[in-house]
Amino acid sequence: MRDDLAISVSHLGKSYKIFHTDAHATTAAEAVMRKLRHPTARQSHELVQALDDVSFDVPWGEALGILGRNGSGKSTLLKLLTRVSSPTAGRIDIKGRIGSLLEIGTGFHPELTGRENVYLNGSLLGMRRAAIRKHFDEIIAFADVERFLDTQVKRYSSGMYVRLAFAVAAHLDADILAVDEVLAVGDLAFQAKCIQKMREVSTQGRCVLYVSHQLQTVSALCSSAIYLDRGHLSYTGEVEEALTRYRQSFQSGSEQALAEASRRGGTGEVRFDSVWVDDEALNPAAPKQIHFRIRGNDAASGSCYIRAEVRNDEGVLICQCDSRLVGAIWECAQGGEGTLTIRGPWFVPGLYSVDVLLFKSELLDAWTSACSFHVVTDLPYEGYADSAAYEYGAALAEFEYKVQ
Amino acid sequence: MNDQETLTILPPGRVPIPSVRGLLMGREVLYSFVRRDVTLRYRQTALGIIWVVMQPLLTALVFALVFGQVAKLPSGGIPYVIFAFAGLLAWNMFNTILTRSSPSLIQNAGLVSKIYFPRMLVPISVCGSALLDFTVSFTFLIVLMIAMGVTPGFAILLLPLWMILVLFLATGIGLFTSALSVRYRDMNYIVPFFMQFLLYASPVAYSASAVPSKYRLVYEINPLNWLLTEFRFSLLNLRAPSVWEIIASLVVPVAVFIAGAFYFERRERSFADFI
Repeated sequence: MRDDLAISVSHLGKSYKIFHTDAHATTAAEAVMRKLRHPTARQSHELVQALDDVSFDVPWGEALGILGRNGSGKSTLLKLLTRVSSPTAGRIDIKGRIGSLLEIGTGFHPELTGRENVYLNGSLLGMRRAAIRKHFDEIIAFADVERFLDTQVKRYSSGMYVRLAFAVAAHLDADILAVDEVLAVGDLAFQAKCIQKMREVSTQGRCVLYVSHQLQTVSALCSSAIYLDRGHLSYTGEVEEALTRYRQSFQSGSEQALAEASRRGGTGEVRFDSVWVDDEALNPAAPKQIHFRIRGNDAASGSCYIRAEVRNDEGVLICQCDSRLVGAIWECAQGGEGTLTIRGPWFVPGLYSVDVLLFKSELLDAWTSACSFHVVTDLPYEGYADSAAYEYGAALAEFEYKVQ
Repeated sequence: MNDQETLTILPPGRVPIPSVRGLLMGREVLYSFVRRDVTLRYRQTALGIIWVVMQPLLTALVFALVFGQVAKLPSGGIPYVIFAFAGLLAWNMFNTILTRSSPSLIQNAGLVSKIYFPRMLVPISVCGSALLDFTVSFTFLIVLMIAMGVTPGFAILLLPLWMILVLFLATGIGLFTSALSVRYRDMNYIVPFFMQFLLYASPVAYSASAVPSKYRLVYEINPLNWLLTEFRFSLLNLRAPSVWEIIASLVVPVAVFIAGAFYFERRERSFADFI
């Protein structure tokens, strides 16, 4: 391994055995019975290649963005690099200590206080108690939770929880910091602080690995990027080029989009070609625009309409927008493009996904999670309050109080 | 930063050797786990540490009533409560470690699937709170013995040795059951049932001398039988263990522990994929 490299990955592969439900023993008794009946038989299974022949190098001082659609192997790659899971082929060489932040607040115990959790989490992430003690005040100041140090974290708001968890990880003395999708929560100011912190890490000659769907943060932070396509490394190099490839994978006609379309529900007579949003991070009060393209089918007749359903990250249906209600229909033969604009209600900060359905008299196409966007905590109100002031309602209201 | 040592990650080999160095580096994690367990067990309980004493004391009283008064079993001239309590001291440590370590990996699934640390620390950390319980009830037993005029001999100096052997035996089995439970959740049912069976199959509530001689042979291959005899010998000056019992009780727990550690290590790297 060359001296200027922090990480060297060569021919890395990870496959999972997927057992067919009727063939896989999930109880010990079943496993024993099966062994007794067929002592030599192997269980039938399918090998799923989550990562295949991936090779790349990361020099010191680099912030590497890892891009790819869901299921492309990004998280698997991070898990292999952080030793959570083990590879089935290839080799990874890592110089120095790697600290990971794969999911916000792992290792936090709801019954423990903020202070206790800082120590617990810190030691799980590989910090010594002495080091935690040294950085303790900094961590607390960074997270902005001084007043709640001795409160159990189960009473924290989700924002406080996230800030404290990131603060602990950010103060790791790790040489390499692996971060997965953690910034999807927290308000804009805190996100900026996190990006700043990660940039510091990479400019100090250490190294950051960053997985995110938030493209702006990738281009703001990363100095190079890789693009994964269904387990294969399809691009290594410039951030802009990787981002372009990632965006293209959503465009019509791409191999990936076509393969996915045939698996969707509905008769398939007419289908959506692509569905996208311009901006994945939006303010609560901003209009949400969802663009789509319908691929026409010459053999089809009649007209069709669209129903878009917006769900929050718990799968709760927030609103449904049926195009018939506003008098919009499309001709099946021609197809066409369109844009749905949702102006109200104001959305509560969080992650939203959009399902789009296409109907004639029957269901033509059902595309679940066709696109997603994320509403940031940048509130359209003048006053300031902790998150309890807005996070429990289903939506944010445009309201006023008159004081008499 | 070029002086850093290089870590190489390869696919799992055939026979992985448990890394003592890795475990040593993880001692801070171990400490944190133990601290967490201890803090959580007594938070939000009104009586807190009193439960540690109450639980074996009440059990010992029930045993004294049922086995001593009703069944009139022998206890070697020792008050039955003390006789039973001494057995429970060893039994409770064994039981606590085994029943808590078996589901420990599943209970910490979030950690196991997200963060790397030597996974062995999870089942092993259970020993911390078990030792604390042991210390509290041991102190109480001493008070009880003084109050009832029972004096131990010099053999009490050997007690730490027997204690460590119980620790090895319980942790060794716990390494097996916790690793197995990642794939087979049946362990959650098997272990408690097995422990209930074992409680009555071992001389915890009664004396081994009360067992009819035709069952003796089966009885004597139970490692807990040796360890309980040794506990009562050290604490209550009862029958000294025979040489073969001492040798067996030294060899078996250590062997079980080593076998458990190897088995655990072999499974360890696949935990995150299955849990």
